[in-house]
Amino acid sequence: MTQPRPSYLDGNALAGPLSEVFAVDPTTAWRLCPTCRMPSTLGQLHVYGPEPGLTGRCPGCADIALRAVAQPGHLWIQLGSGGGAFRFALPNGTGGFT
Amino acid sequence: MTDFSPGFRGRTHAFEGRLPPGQYPTESFPVLSAGPTPHLATDRWTFTVTDGTGGSRSWNWDEMMALPQEHPTVDIHCVTRWSKFDTRWQGVSLDVLLDGVDTTAGFVVAESYDGYTTNLPLADVTGGKAWVAHSFDGFALSPEHGGPARLLVPHLYFWKSAKWVKGVRLTVRNEPGFWEAAGYHDYGDPWREQRTWSD
Repeated sequence: MTQPRPSYLDGNALAGPLSEVFAVDPTTAWRLCPTCRMPSTLGQLHVYGPEPGLTGRCPGCADIALRAVAQPGHLWIQLGSGGGAFRFALPNGTGGFT
Repeated sequence: MTDFSPGFRGRTHAFEGRLPPGQYPTESFPVLSAGPTPHLATDRWTFTVTDGTGGSRSWNWDEMMALPQEHPTVDIHCVTRWSKFDTRWQGVSLDVLLDGVDTTAGFVVAESYDGYTTNLPLADVTGGKAWVAHSFDGFALSPEHGGPARLLVPHLYFWKSAKWVKGVRLTVRNEPGFWEAAGYHDYGDPWREQRTWSD
């Protein structure tokens, strides 16, 4: 018996468009879902699209993690739906705003 | 390959003047989704109009079916560039659902069962321009296309025609919806190619 094909894409579908604007690998960015508390990486998100945009959702509860809209020459990124920050690893452990 | 069949050329010509700039005609009905498809039972479905001052009115499925029904045949235009001509729907005009609402609001936010939202001027969902549609081509609207009921606002790009609609909320301020907050145009007129904020 064959399983129905999932209607979502693997989170790595976000890697291509996001790598155009991120200096670090975005797929390993970590997120703690504010709705169901499930931790996941960006690469583990369930992604719907690609048109009219990519919608990345929590693999546990489908909470919206990000939306990305690609237009010629531009990429629009909306993070979260009121909560759910991503934690990006910085090269060489550097960072801070000071 | 750059040659088109005579049939293709002929059909395109037949729809001249009805194809907005940057669009191509299709006879299929592509499905675009931003999340899992909800499967909603009509016996648990309601549609609610909220007037922005705390007042609201709701219809269940049977009450919605008992309202005057219209059968619009319209062209629809998706921002992903496909257009589909002469689509046949059945539904209830927003004029009926908003009749008598006392409001100073200039906008509505359409809200869906899956959390999707989209914003429209109130003037664009009244005056015979918008419906809550529950049938397509003579059949009950399938879940993939927004069934049991979706908003139908054919003069704007089709992301404004919210699938799985559960109501409209009248607002004084224009509140960007799901795609409008992520770069898509606030209004979305296909004839002016209002696709993104920069258009």
